[in-house]
Parts: sequence; structure tokens; C-alpha cells
Amino acid sequence: MEQLKTIGRELAMGSQGGGWTGQSKEFLDLVKSIGEARSKAEEDRIILREIESLRRRIAEPDVPRRRMKEYIIRLVYAEMLGHDASFGYIHAVKMTHDDSLSLKRTGYLAVTLFLSDDHDLIILIVNTIQKDLRSDNYLIVCAALVAACKLINEETIPAVLPQVVDLLAHPKEAVRKKAVMALHRFYQRSPASVSHLISNFRKRLCDNDPGVMGATLCPLFDLITADVNSYKDLVISFVSILKQVTERRLPKVYDYHQMPAPFIQIKLLKILALLGSGDKQASGHIYNVLGDLFRKCESSSNIGNAVLYECICCVSSIHPNAKLLDAAAESTSKFLKSDSHNLKYMGIDALGRLIKINPDIAEEHQLAVIDCLEDPDDTLKRKTFELLYKMTKSTNVEVIVDRMIDYMISINDNHYKTEIASRCVELAEQFAPSNQWFIQTMNKVFAHAGDLVNVRVAHNLMRLIAEGFGEDDEGADSQLRSSAVNSYLRILGEPKLPSLFLQVICWVLGEYGISDGKYSASYIIGKLCDVTEAHLCNDTVKAYAISAIMKICAFEIAAGRKVEMLPECQSLIDELSASHSTDLQQRAYELQASLCLDSQTVEIVMPLDASCEDIEVDRNLSFLNSFVQQSIEKGARPYIPESERSSMFSVSNYKSHYQHEASSHTLRFEAYELPKPAPTPATPQISVSTRITDLVPVPEMTYYTENNQASKLPPVSDASSADHGIKLHLDGVQKKWGRPTYSSSSSTSSSSEKKINGVTHLDGVSLQSRGTSYDSKGQQSEVSAEKQKLAASLFGASAGKTEKKPTSTQRAPKANTATAERPGVTGAVSPEISKQKAASSPSPDLLDLGEPITATTTTIDPFEQLEGLIGPTPGTSTLDNSVTTSEQKAPDLMALYTDTPPSSSSSIGSASGDIHSADKNLQMAKNVPAIKKGPNPQDSLQKDATARHVGVTPTGNNPNLFRDLLG
Amino acid sequence: MIHFVILFSRQGKVRLTKWYSPYQQKERSTVIRELSGLILTRGPKLCNFVEWKGYKVVYRRYASLYFCICIDPDDNELEMLEITHHFVEILDRYFGSVCELDLIFNFHKAYYILDEILIAGELQESSKKTVARLIAAQDSLAETAKGEAGSISNMILQSM
Repeated sequence: MEQLKTIGRELAMGSQGGGWTGQSKEFLDLVKSIGEARSKAEEDRIILREIESLRRRIAEPDVPRRRMKEYIIRLVYAEMLGHDASFGYIHAVKMTHDDSLSLKRTGYLAVTLFLSDDHDLIILIVNTIQKDLRSDNYLIVCAALVAACKLINEETIPAVLPQVVDLLAHPKEAVRKKAVMALHRFYQRSPASVSHLISNFRKRLCDNDPGVMGATLCPLFDLITADVNSYKDLVISFVSILKQVTERRLPKVYDYHQMPAPFIQIKLLKILALLGSGDKQASGHIYNVLGDLFRKCESSSNIGNAVLYECICCVSSIHPNAKLLDAAAESTSKFLKSDSHNLKYMGIDALGRLIKINPDIAEEHQLAVIDCLEDPDDTLKRKTFELLYKMTKSTNVEVIVDRMIDYMISINDNHYKTEIASRCVELAEQFAPSNQWFIQTMNKVFAHAGDLVNVRVAHNLMRLIAEGFGEDDEGADSQLRSSAVNSYLRILGEPKLPSLFLQVICWVLGEYGISDGKYSASYIIGKLCDVTEAHLCNDTVKAYAISAIMKICAFEIAAGRKVEMLPECQSLIDELSASHSTDLQQRAYELQASLCLDSQTVEIVMPLDASCEDIEVDRNLSFLNSFVQQSIEKGARPYIPESERSSMFSVSNYKSHYQHEASSHTLRFEAYELPKPAPTPATPQISVSTRITDLVPVPEMTYYTENNQASKLPPVSDASSADHGIKLHLDGVQKKWGRPTYSSSSSTSSSSEKKINGVTHLDGVSLQSRGTSYDSKGQQSEVSAEKQKLAASLFGASAGKTEKKPTSTQRAPKANTATAERPGVTGAVSPEISKQKAASSPSPDLLDLGEPITATTTTIDPFEQLEGLIGPTPGTSTLDNSVTTSEQKAPDLMALYTDTPPSSSSSIGSASGDIHSADKNLQMAKNVPAIKKGPNPQDSLQKDATARHVGVTPTGNNPNLFRDLLG
Repeated sequence: MIHFVILFSRQGKVRLTKWYSPYQQKERSTVIRELSGLILTRGPKLCNFVEWKGYKVVYRRYASLYFCICIDPDDNELEMLEITHHFVEILDRYFGSVCELDLIFNFHKAYYILDEILIAGELQESSKKTVARLIAAQDSLAETAKGEAGSISNMILQSM
């Protein structure tokens, strides 16, 4: 071994290196130091030094072109490692103008890596790209097309479009392929600019070269996603292509790990899934080939599983077919039973797709699902939560949401926390079994992820509490409200609460704090004052709190009781009256003002529990007409709308005004003139008057006069409008669980929802979880048996089930104990259902049952095999010579990734033969070793030698650098 | 669609990055930092996928080098793993027993190869032989040019 290495070194000294010739000593030194840097910080230091030297040298006059090429590559290096190399961009752009392919290619590489498509320098490159697209040398055309994909933006598309379209008919397949991809990119950038050229994609689908055909599938996939119906005629073509691929009609070079063109198969399956979705006729054409695929796919290789997974996706997307669904379910269960986490993950995903069609499929995988949920692998866990989210029903919502919340509390990733919180809220709204539970769940979500959830969720919650559950049961509604008030008063004791949650609490306490008579007004007001003090709350919370206090005071006054002002409340008012926030000031003054009103006025201004009443806004302010009339009669100038004003006033008018402004910048010593008795401001009046129109239909004149009386108290009215401002945000938000009531356009949205469901589930298969919620009640009871079965199978078995399935016997007794523990389920569920539900209701211990019944897997995990190939763990640094390892593993690897028999000499022959046929004239002997297959001891020797020559030694800082990636 | 491809070493050092969606330089650094932190800490037996900011990142380790591909949530993860492997196999053919050092010294060549496999975030060519043939053609053309340029500059040098 030592000998070999020495020989290698000597060889290197003699021939001056193998693969890394052509670069200067400096560059090799740079690479060496980067390769051996021990830390990111050290690497950064090296690169910063490098950038400084490059900045100096690149600006020198008359840098030789070859030298410049190297500088550019070094700049790419610096930029790749996260440093700014923008000073060199212009030199990279210049390099694209070069005539030599080598330099041009480097230039294009650099600009594609440096520049985004909106960079100012792009305009300098477009011309070059245009020229190069017309080049006779197809390699230059290819380089230009690659650059065009990255750099051409919406504005510059027209400049190159004609040439790119011409290239679709280029004799070289490599060019056609890239032209298709470029056109695809243009379509993504700006669909309108290439819309007239879309037929070209259809033509290229029939290209003789499978590579071009495969590339064409990418744009077609996008086009079909955007508009399925225009491409239905292609279903048969796609099916026949897929059939030909699976029958190995494509050239052998497209095989990958013994699979015929799997990447093309996957793309085709994706397209077919789109085309067959909700289309019985199109799906009919697809069934056959899918069946074949399920039979043919090797589940022992990773790529085979990738195709299988895509088949499952396709089956679940197209019109259901019982036979295929069985095959898909079988493959899914293989995935789930596998030891490989990757396959489990895919299995969970596949299961999520299949249960949309047939919820029963989940039943047999309950343990696998629960295992995945308990798995330490976060990715798998999240995927499983996604599955649970899809299969949530009113029967299992409690367990699922509880689990989700537990997980939500345990993670730090804010992005995912937000997502899972909104899912919890959504599920709770749709399926909540009882008001109590709903309020508690929302409290938990708010307490732990309060500032992450959407503001609309908070508004939604307030609305829910205000409106109740839609049934005409006032008792239940007030019960909900008082339970909310109770829980909020309890929660307020906690030290730290998110601002959004505090807003909800303040609002609810203000509206309903004293409505059930359990708490006195002063108690609630005291609590609200505490909120503003104890929690370092922001202005919004303070505003909510002070408005809530005002409401309570108003209710008290309206009820004829005397409001005694607590000292802390008075100090709060004082504090806010002097606040920097005008909003808070306003509210404080409003509160003070409302305290002085008589009970009748207060009742009109602040009616009890009227947060759900609609406000009609009279935009024309017609109620002011008489007032305006009066003023005009008295000689006031008529109002001119803003839009017409500019033409009315002359410029000079403005000018003088500004001059006056300018001159008045110095201190003014004379007193300000007294404010003229202005007409009452319009804004407060709108809300007061409209509010009144709502409640009591009074003729305009009357309330106008009323207004005049009250015009000294604009704050009050404003407060009420502010309160209703909250409500206004709720438009379009779903109101409550169980029914598709949206605050606006409710009828249309719900009906379209139903329609979708109707189309996708034609077979009368029970509707998917969320679908049911939108359905009428009659159907719900019919489906509930189905639901219970699934819930039981997932989170505890009902008695009937346990007899059938020996595997689940262990669960039965526990489920029964769970029944005993659980309090009866309240709410709208009928007693008999609730009984069954209780029986099937899960207890947390059930979820730990996984161990005894874990199924043994029969499939061999491809990743395990591959991991074996990757070799020992990186900790071992015994690999100081890449030569020996590569020699030893040679035969294995050959079998793995060559399609020719693993005799190296013959494969070299065939590979180089190919190349010779392609470019006989250009081919040089030097290239043969570069493309021959598999590891070659001579290569390794040479590499080793060069590395040593440069100074990087396999025994140095970073021996890992020398490990074969595939070894 | 593939949004980016990143190669980094076990020490978290970047070896190659290719961005198919627009990312500012600052975002790029953040992405790399976050992802290398996320992926390097994962145990050996876990999934080769991580969900990240609404995307999925498929990674695979070869010796001391991690190959990461960021994709949309509805893409096929197993396929992406195989695209990675496809890339590595082509690198292996090109360099002959490719190792990390090859990619450090010849990262621009790795870029050329990647450009032949992926374009605009999509797989453009799934035949190893076709890719190898194109790269060889480019290299040979570049070599010829280089040879000529070299001889000319040598002549100039000698005459001076």
C-alpha cells in the first residue's frame, strides 16, 4: 500500500498533476486552505482575504483572459460561501462576450450564479445571449439557453423568444431539450408572453428523442395544472407513452437501477393524476396501465417505491376503481410496515390520500400510525399529525386536538407552531363536542401560541361567544358565555399571557362579565384594571380594556345602578387621558363622558349585548342634509368634493398658502385666534345616528336634533363605532362549527363546497371528514356509524371490533375503563350516539400499545442497503488512502449503477465508443479516463498525488475530504 | 419544482449552492445556516426529509458530504432522493471515484454537470450517458481552445 502511494506521488511529480491542472498555484493554495479550514470562521477569514486581493487584482489593466477566468471562478467561490463579490459582476458579464467557449462558459456560469433576473446588468447580457442563440456551435447555443433560463425576465423575453422557438427544431436533441425548458421557464415567468406558442409543447411531445419528450412533460404538467380541460385529448397519448416506457421500449440509457425511465414514469403519472381527477371517462383509460405498474414495480429498490408512491397518488386522484384501490392500499401497507423511516413517511402520506376515498383503509394501520406518532423523528411525527388532521371527526377530535396541542407546546419552530395552532382552531371549530371543551381548547391554543395565531382567529372566537351556536337556545348561549367568563377570570391570574389572548379576554369580560349577575361590576372592572397594570401590555390591549370598562359602566348606568369609581380605575383613566396614543386618550375621555350621561342615553349609545347587530352606514350622510341646508342659508360656502377641488383653486392660491406656512415657521408671539364655532364634526355623527337607525327607526329630523344635543359628546359614539370596527374584520370568516355559515355570501360558498364533495365522491362512499361537516344533519346521522367505526379503529376498538380482530383484544378492556373515567359527552350529540362514542372514546394510554404487535417487515429496505455501501461511520479516519477502498468496493458498485456488465474494460470501451461516434473530431485521448465508468485505481492514484503535490494530505486536518462519495 | 440545491460538509461548510428560485444573498446565508443546523443534528436512522417553512428538504449523505434539495410540498420525496443519487453517480463517472476534494477543486465542473441534469428547477435529462456525452463534448472543445491559447501565450512568454 505504501508503495502504491509513493508511486502515485512520483507520478504526480513527473506529470504535474492529474485532474486539477490548469489552475494557478494560488488557486490551489486557496482551495487547500479552504479544504483544511477547521471552522466556518476560519473559512470566512480566508475568503475575506481572498476577496480583498481579488478586488485589487481584477481591476488591474490588461489582465490576461485565462487569468481573468480564474479570478472569476474564485469570485464564484467567494460568493458561494456567502460573501459579497458584486465588484466582479461586470467582469463576469464581459467574459460572456468572449469568443472562446471555455471562457464564455465560465462567464455564463458566473453570471447565472451571481445575478438574479432583476439585476441591472442583465440588459448587458441579453444581446450576447441573442447572438449566441444563433451560433453554429451547438455547445454555445446550449450555454446561452441555460443562461436564458436563469436570467431572462419578463421584459426581455420578447428579445430572445423568436430564437428560442426556432431552436425547438434544432437538429441536436440537447438544444431542443433546453429550448423546451427555456420556453417553460418563460411560461412560468409570464404566461401571457408565450401563450401563442403553447402548441409547440404538444409537438415536442412526439419528439424522436426520449430526452426531449421527457423534458416536454415539465411544461405540460404546468399547463395542465392551470387548465385541465384543454388537454383531455392527450390522455390516450400519455397513457400510450407510459405503456411504452413500462414495456422497456425506450433506449437502455434511460434505465435507472434496472427500472425503465422511472423519472419519466413519475412525471407521466403526475400528469395522468391531474387529467383523470373527477373524470370517469379519462380515468377509464388510465386503469389498465396503472394496474400493470402495480404489478411490475419493484418494491425492493428506492426508485421502484418512488414510482409506486406516485401510482398511489394517481389512484387516489382519479375516479376510484376498487381493484386499483386495493393494490394501492396493499402498497401503502408495505410502506407502513417497512423499517425505513422514509417509506413510513411516504406510507403515512399515501394513507392520507387514500382515506379521502375510503376511510376504512386507515383501520388496519392504526398501530403503525400510532407508532409514527410516537416516533422520535420529528418529520414523521408532523406527517402523522397531518394525517390525523385529515381524519378528524367529531368522535376523535378531542384526542387529536389534545395531542396536537401537546406537541405544539413542545416545539420551538414558530412556523410550524403557527400552522398547527391554526389547525387546532379549525378542528375545534368544526368538531367541538361541547362548548366547555371548545372554550378550554381555545384557551390552551391562545395561551401557548397566542401571538402566532392569526388575528382573525381571535375575532372569530369573540364572534362565536357573542353569537352562540346558532341554535335558538338562549340558555346554552348564556351558559357558554358565563363559562367563558369564568375561565378567563381564572386565567387572568397567570403571569404572562399573549396580547391577542388578553384582547379576547377583555372583550368578553366587557360584554358578558356581569351579564349573569355572578360577578359585580366593580369586581370585573378591578380585574380589567389589573390587566392593564400586571401585564406589560401594549396599547391595543389597553384600548380593549378601557372599552370593556366603559361597557360595564354603561350597562350599570342603563340598569339604573350607580357606578362607583374604583380608585385604580380612576387612575387608569387619568393615565390614559394623558397617553401618547390618541386612540387611548379618546377612549378615556369617552369613558369619562359616558359616566355623566343619564341612563336612557347610555342605553341607546351602548345597548346591552348588541355586538352582533348589523350597522348600516349611511354613506351619503343624508341625515345631515337639513343641517347643511341651514348652514348654506346662513351663508356658509358649499362643500366641494376633494376630486373637484384642485380645479377650483388656482395654483397661486396654494402658493400663497405655502408661503404663509413657510413664513410661520418661526415662533409666533401673537395669540392664536379663537376657534370659530365650527359645524359638528361629521364622523362621530355617522356612527351615532346609524346606530340609532338600527335600533329605532326614527325620522331623520328627530335624531338629527338629538344629535345636536349630544354633539358635545362625540367620544361615546366613537367608542361604539370602534367596537364595531372589530366586528367588521369578521367578514368571510366561518362562523361556527357544524355548519357552513360564513358571515357574508354564506349560501354560495356552502353550496359550492357541497358540489365539490359530490363530484369527488361519486360512489356514495362516506364523505371525508371535513365534507360531512358541511352536510345536512340528516346525512350526518347516516354517516355517523361509518365515522364511529373509523374512530374506534383508530383510537380504541368498540366491542364488536375486538371480537373480530385478535390484534386489538388488548385494547378492549382499556377502552372500557376509559368509558368509566370519562364524563358523558355533552352537547348536541344524541344520547345513544354519545354512549357509543364514550365506549369508543380514546384514552391516552391506548396510544402506547404499539410494542407487542409491531409487524415484522418482509420487504428489504433499499436505504439500508445503500447505507451499507456508504461505508463505515465518518468518525473513523482510517481512510488515508482512497486507492485501496476504491479497489475493494469496485465490483459491488458496478453492479449497482451500471447497466452494462461489470467488467471495467468493456464498459470503458462502450462509453468511449459512444463519445467517438458523437464527436469524433473533437475527441481527445485525454477525455477517455474522465468518462469511463466506475472507480479506477489510476485515477485515485493521480488524485492522491496531486493532492499531495498541492499540499492537502489525506492524513491532514480533514481526512474525510478524500473519501469516495459513492464508496 | 426544485427551489435550490445545496451541498455542505459535515462541518457545515458549503461546497456548492444552486438557487432556482430568487433568494437574496442574505436570505441565502440564513437558509444555509438554518438547514445545515437542522440536518446535521438529525440522527442516522431518521427520514431523509425535513419539513421547513412550508417546503420540504430532501437530503442525503454521501461520505462526509450532504446533498440537499428543497422542493414543493406536493413533490415526490423518493424521486428527489434518486435525482440526488443520479447526480452523484454522474459525478462519480466524471471524476472517477468522486470525493469531496474533487468538488472543492473543481466545483465549477460540478456546476456544469448540474446544469446538464437540472434546468430551471426541473429534471431535464435522466440519461447518465447523455449527460456524460455532453459534458465530454464541452470539455474537449474547451481543452482545444485552452491548448491553443496556452501555446500562444508560451510563445509570447518565450519571445519576451
